[in-house]
Amino acid sequence: MLTLGLLLLPIAFGLFGTLLPALGYLPALGGVALSLDPFRALFATPGLVPAAVLSLVTGLVATILSLGITLLFVAGFAGTPVLARIQHIISPLLAVPHAAAAFGLAFLIAPSGFLIRLVAPLFGMERPPDILIPHDPWGLAMIAGLVIKETPFLFLVTLAALPQVDLTAARRLAASFGYGRIAGFVYLLWPALYRQIRFAVYAVIAYSSSVVDVAVILGPNLPGTLATRLVQWMNDPDLSVRFLASAGAVLQLGVTLTALLAWFCLERIGAMLLRSFGDHGYRFVHDLTVRRLAMIAVTIIGASVFAGLFLLGLWSLAGLWQFPDLLPRDFTLRSWMTTLPRIGDPLVTTLIAGLASTLIAVVLTVGCLEREIQTGRRGGDRSLLLLYLPLIVPQIAFVFGLQLLFVGSGSDQRLTALILVHLAFVLPYVFLSLADPWRALDRRYEIIATALGRSRLSVLLSIRLPMLIRPILTALAVGFAVSVGQYLPTLLIGEGRLTTITTEAVALASGNNRRVIGVYALLQTILPFLAFALAAFLPAVLHRNRREMRV
Amino acid sequence: MMRSMTGIFAAGFIAAASGLPALASGPDLSDWAAIEKSASGQTVYFNAWGGSEDINGYLEWVGAEMQSRYGVTVVQVKLDDTASAVAKVIAEKAAGKDSGGSVDLIWINGENFVSMKQQELLLTPGWATSLPNWRYVDVENQPTILTDFTEPTEGLESPWGGAKMVFFHDSARTEASSLPDNAAQLLDWAKKNPGRFSYPAPPDFIGSSFLKQVLSEVIDDPGKLAAPVNEASFESDVEPLFAYLDQLHDVAWRSGKAFPQNYPDMKQKLADGELDIIFAFNPSEASAGIKAGELPDTVRSFTFSRGTLGNTHFVAIPYNANAKEGALLTANFLISPEAQLRKQDPTYWGDPTVLSMAKLPDADRSAFAALDLGVATLSPDKLGPVIAEPHASWMERIEVEWRRRYASGN
Repeated sequence: MLTLGLLLLPIAFGLFGTLLPALGYLPALGGVALSLDPFRALFATPGLVPAAVLSLVTGLVATILSLGITLLFVAGFAGTPVLARIQHIISPLLAVPHAAAAFGLAFLIAPSGFLIRLVAPLFGMERPPDILIPHDPWGLAMIAGLVIKETPFLFLVTLAALPQVDLTAARRLAASFGYGRIAGFVYLLWPALYRQIRFAVYAVIAYSSSVVDVAVILGPNLPGTLATRLVQWMNDPDLSVRFLASAGAVLQLGVTLTALLAWFCLERIGAMLLRSFGDHGYRFVHDLTVRRLAMIAVTIIGASVFAGLFLLGLWSLAGLWQFPDLLPRDFTLRSWMTTLPRIGDPLVTTLIAGLASTLIAVVLTVGCLEREIQTGRRGGDRSLLLLYLPLIVPQIAFVFGLQLLFVGSGSDQRLTALILVHLAFVLPYVFLSLADPWRALDRRYEIIATALGRSRLSVLLSIRLPMLIRPILTALAVGFAVSVGQYLPTLLIGEGRLTTITTEAVALASGNNRRVIGVYALLQTILPFLAFALAAFLPAVLHRNRREMRV
Repeated sequence: MMRSMTGIFAAGFIAAASGLPALASGPDLSDWAAIEKSASGQTVYFNAWGGSEDINGYLEWVGAEMQSRYGVTVVQVKLDDTASAVAKVIAEKAAGKDSGGSVDLIWINGENFVSMKQQELLLTPGWATSLPNWRYVDVENQPTILTDFTEPTEGLESPWGGAKMVFFHDSARTEASSLPDNAAQLLDWAKKNPGRFSYPAPPDFIGSSFLKQVLSEVIDDPGKLAAPVNEASFESDVEPLFAYLDQLHDVAWRSGKAFPQNYPDMKQKLADGELDIIFAFNPSEASAGIKAGELPDTVRSFTFSRGTLGNTHFVAIPYNANAKEGALLTANFLISPEAQLRKQDPTYWGDPTVLSMAKLPDADRSAFAALDLGVATLSPDKLGPVIAEPHASWMERIEVEWRRRYASGN
């Protein structure tokens, strides 16, 4: 109950706080009567429709591509050593914050970026070509930026669900009937698998259709997506625009819902196609090319993130680095030297908010799961949906309202508020990453222990938690990474008094100084990486006397 | 004419300020010792754009000085957009938080100032002219100190630095003799060098400034810009500006389908050879860029001989500031000769001073004269005449019109 409240209350209050100004009610700005004027102003805004359509389409296309690549790759390689190897390479990508990945990609593909520098000598180019990448009007660069972040996410979610289907039997069955690897997987396993991961897919749709930082860095800016224009309106010096911004936030909610509706239709169409292909007995035996393409796509995704991070590192150390030089003319620690003394406070806030919200999330999750085992009741789809709700409702639609409410409460507990808001975003991820290993643990250990007269708490502390230490630490790392990456909630609730590495990075990104961006984006990436490294390393240390517990 | 007018204004303000009784709600400005006393131990949350490491470094120095001299802690709240600080004050007013606000001092000018002034979100009555260091401020020669975008400052904000539009080019790539000397020549140059010039899309401050620069050169009667927009003639008044931009965009970087983000973005593009002419609102930006290894040392400055836009940026105190005394003390320190000298030094920031050399003590004056402004910085006498900022209403209307024409995607 408490967990649900912590998830739902902020959303409900926040949406309320957004809706009132959208209906013209915000006494401070002279809005005391309810009216539809803000919406009228919103729909009179030039370019609103293209902006909304852009949000919708880029969100959907990015999701389709990410899910498609994930599906084809998992279908083609599930059960092979390739998959396990790729999993090890892809997992760390989850820890890279969206903004950092987007900056890395921009440094790679811009006309003055590294890829063009590589080929510039071949074509005798002394100037970067005058082509519109990133910020292309179709949003292709932005879609690419979303795909390189969302594919690893969906890939890992799918892998987590994979043990729940009988892969080996299905493979054998499909092969004996002469189906191709991919076709057999899709016919026999995908429907069950998809049911497991579909909320994660919805979260991807919601995120992609309302994202701000990736859209600012890579997306079209004339006009920008709806979400980026919302942020502009919220920051407009003309304060009456705040009504418009609130109405826009409600519209954003509508756009995301539309994207989800469109996705439901796609689900139906996909299911129908799947049935019809199956009924016709299409076997798609020769799918080697498709498998290779999936492999190439995954390789490109991994390579572009890692290359992007490498470039961020290079820029953070660069002196003068003009086009078309492949390397900076000189290296300098200047950017790091000027930055490091300034990161103390933001670093402390980042750590406190991240650790506190993650620890609370883990405690709540363990409580929920333990209760689930005691009562024997799985929450089912409905509670899973509730869990995903903070990820599916666009942040921008309710955090803005939350800020007004928080200020309105006159509370000074800013750090507490920040931790609670982070918790709303951290909790779902922690729960999702811990639930399966928790449920999968053989209950006979506990039954034996209980039979030996140990109390429930003592069983929990001495059997379950130690045996699950690795997934718990991983869940902690995931939660911490999510907290580190939060931009909008931190900015609005922290009111600039509480800065984190991420708010500093985005504030500095407004100066568009590649060297400083390099420093902050790397810092932003290093923190979650450290958390994941600890999660991998600690169990080995803790279990050094218990060889059997090493996994 | 303009200058003598502002002189009269100035005299009026100073007289008004000194004749004022103690502030109703705020500190008593006539008793500076009392202000220093109650400021001690306060924490001033200084909301200032955080996008430049040099500026952040300068503010750290200010913080250290304020701490050691007055026991005042200055914390820079790094903004990516000044409007968000304004928004915070709004949100607080919305919540009825009329004291103990979260913003003590804001780096501000132009639209944001006008907005706060009109919404009565600033500490009143005017306090800036009562600051002890006001006696050094150059009200005579820098008309933009008393009128911010033609909006009278009325002592509601204290000047912090000057700004003047200056163009930069890389002398290794672009012949100095080919450079334009006014907006019309700039358009010709852009036509001869397609894809090599652009400007940041408004509402970026530098981009908006470029629009104002062109407008003030092409409008039929520049006098119109000193007054609020006349709705009846607005269309025809800005017609030449948009005719100019229509032509420019055809030959601009990315054919006008995208625009640089801001000045640092243009700086990167100059270094990469994507742009050949860029501009800034701080004459020493190029020298600072060379020093930081961001620009090649062949970059040089130029301006238009008939003048470029100039203005002043300020600090202001919200009406509900928590540390009013500390904020006053900080504002006063920011216009001290010492703080202004360091600010104009390109090693730290390179921002032109708002002080009058004539009013300074001899030692300070010679310290300013001895500053090495850097290889790419024009000396003050070569910066050319100042064109005053149009009334703030022009920019709001032009930005809307600009978005309607070029950024609506229609």
